[in-house]
Amino acid sequence: MKWRYFQQNVFFTLVRASALLIALALLGIVFFILYNGISVINWDFITKPPTDSMTKGGIMPAILGTVYLTLGAIAIGLPLGIASAIYLAEYAREGRVIRFIRVGINCLAGVPSVVFGLFGLGFFVIFLKFGSSILSGSLTLGFLILPTIIGASEEALKSVPQTFREASLSLGVSKWQTVYRIVLPNALPGILTGSILGVGRAAGETAPIMFTAAAFFTAKLPSSVFDEVMALPYHIYVLATAGTNIEATRPIQYGTALVLMIVVLGIDLFAIIIRGYMRKNKKW
Amino acid sequence: MNRQAKEIIIKYTFFVFSMVSVVVLGLIVFSLFREGLPLFGKVSLKDFIFGMEWYPTYDPPSFGIFPLIVGSFIVTLIAILIAVPLGVLTAVYISEIAPQNIKAILKSVIELLAGLPSVVLGFFGMVIVAPWLQETFDLPTGLNVINASVILAVMAIPTISSISEDALYAVPLEFKEASYALGATKYETIARVILPAALSGISTAVMLGMARAIGETMVVLMVAGGAAAIPESLFDSVRPMPASIAAEMGETPFRSLHYQALFAIGIVLFCLTLAFNLIADYVSHKFRQVGSGTL
Repeated sequence: MKWRYFQQNVFFTLVRASALLIALALLGIVFFILYNGISVINWDFITKPPTDSMTKGGIMPAILGTVYLTLGAIAIGLPLGIASAIYLAEYAREGRVIRFIRVGINCLAGVPSVVFGLFGLGFFVIFLKFGSSILSGSLTLGFLILPTIIGASEEALKSVPQTFREASLSLGVSKWQTVYRIVLPNALPGILTGSILGVGRAAGETAPIMFTAAAFFTAKLPSSVFDEVMALPYHIYVLATAGTNIEATRPIQYGTALVLMIVVLGIDLFAIIIRGYMRKNKKW
Repeated sequence: MNRQAKEIIIKYTFFVFSMVSVVVLGLIVFSLFREGLPLFGKVSLKDFIFGMEWYPTYDPPSFGIFPLIVGSFIVTLIAILIAVPLGVLTAVYISEIAPQNIKAILKSVIELLAGLPSVVLGFFGMVIVAPWLQETFDLPTGLNVINASVILAVMAIPTISSISEDALYAVPLEFKEASYALGATKYETIARVILPAALSGISTAVMLGMARAIGETMVVLMVAGGAAAIPESLFDSVRPMPASIAAEMGETPFRSLHYQALFAIGIVLFCLTLAFNLIADYVSHKFRQVGSGTL
């Protein structure tokens, strides 16, 4: 008997230790970036362009570029993802075709980010001749986050109670109006919070924009969707590995990493908190 | 237009939208093959996959990616060896042991960990882990197999943990109750009833974790060191496939052999992750726990 409980205690200790280790890993990484980056961040860092061949000045163009690319990715991924999920959740009957679509979505979710980069280069930049631009980068990122948005939207649509649909249909309302007027408004908060997690991913990805949109340095801010942009993740990568003076730009690297981390984790944390709040105050 | 016709049109419009993912997958294959396949007119598939020398810029160039494949598999395997125990045990903690409030916090922690941008993790590996490894073990460089594996493990843990947790959560309550009724301890119930019942889900989690790790780019690009040779120890540097693509694409002339070779590596990488995903999908459907076997 004693042995059995000893066994249990050892196992529980191991289990608790691994959970703790994972929490500490997150805290450790966040702390180190915060500790080293916080002193660099001030108003000028966020609002001024780089100067003295990147060794001084701010990162405003990179912040702006990331905002453009992320908004572009949302503009492409969100409508497509929601429309996709509406079919899967509201119209489709389980069968071979749906199984095929689902496997396709799962496989798309598993495509490595660098392969998305190659796809963006081969298809948008070269085949469609968009060049290395905000447009190519946004399209690549939009398709990258598509599976996340479909998953989140489908889950949100399915969580709307069946009785809502039945009540609407029994009043003689058509299927589409039921979806548009009843299901979608009720699912929308869930769709948006779930999709925000995908948006965080779009903002933080580097490999998909390396060959499709990002530039090491642009003298001017972009004026159209066919311009190249600087972007936060690419800025960190270039300064940390290929810059002319890696050690001299170290503080800027830390500062940029901190800004990117705050943006991405901030977006994620926002979604997590809203979602928790919504679950608590659920009406059905 | 009558109402029924309108409804049918709407239904098929949404069907077309739901096919977008499949179409994009097709376009990915199309683009990779369009840019990558011409390589095999000059280099045989066998020399490409099993060639030991990756000297794309030499004269004459040599396009053997075997060291890159080995590099990818080694960092992935070690990362998985680290991430699986940690991820699965954490999932057990969340689904079976943790009190409600800790559970909620830990789930958020894992989601945030999944959200950390890969370039930030790579940067962390470069400026924190690498110097520490270099000093502690007195190495020429801290950018090596073990550094990349540890950081990749951090990236794979959220995938493994959250999918395992779903699998554990899906084990029917009756299984647990039956085990307790037989006088089993909580540990015995977890180890001999719940974990085996959730095994297919956990295998899926491991496969998807591997797919995530083998395709991850920024981490291996920044911390694996970049030597295109087969490593002899954990402290040797390697050049996994995604790192090669990302590092060299910027410098190679448009549609040169080197450029085509990088797309061909993309094909290999795409096929590998596709295989992992299809196996994961097959395992999760084939061995799914259906029903609870009550009387």
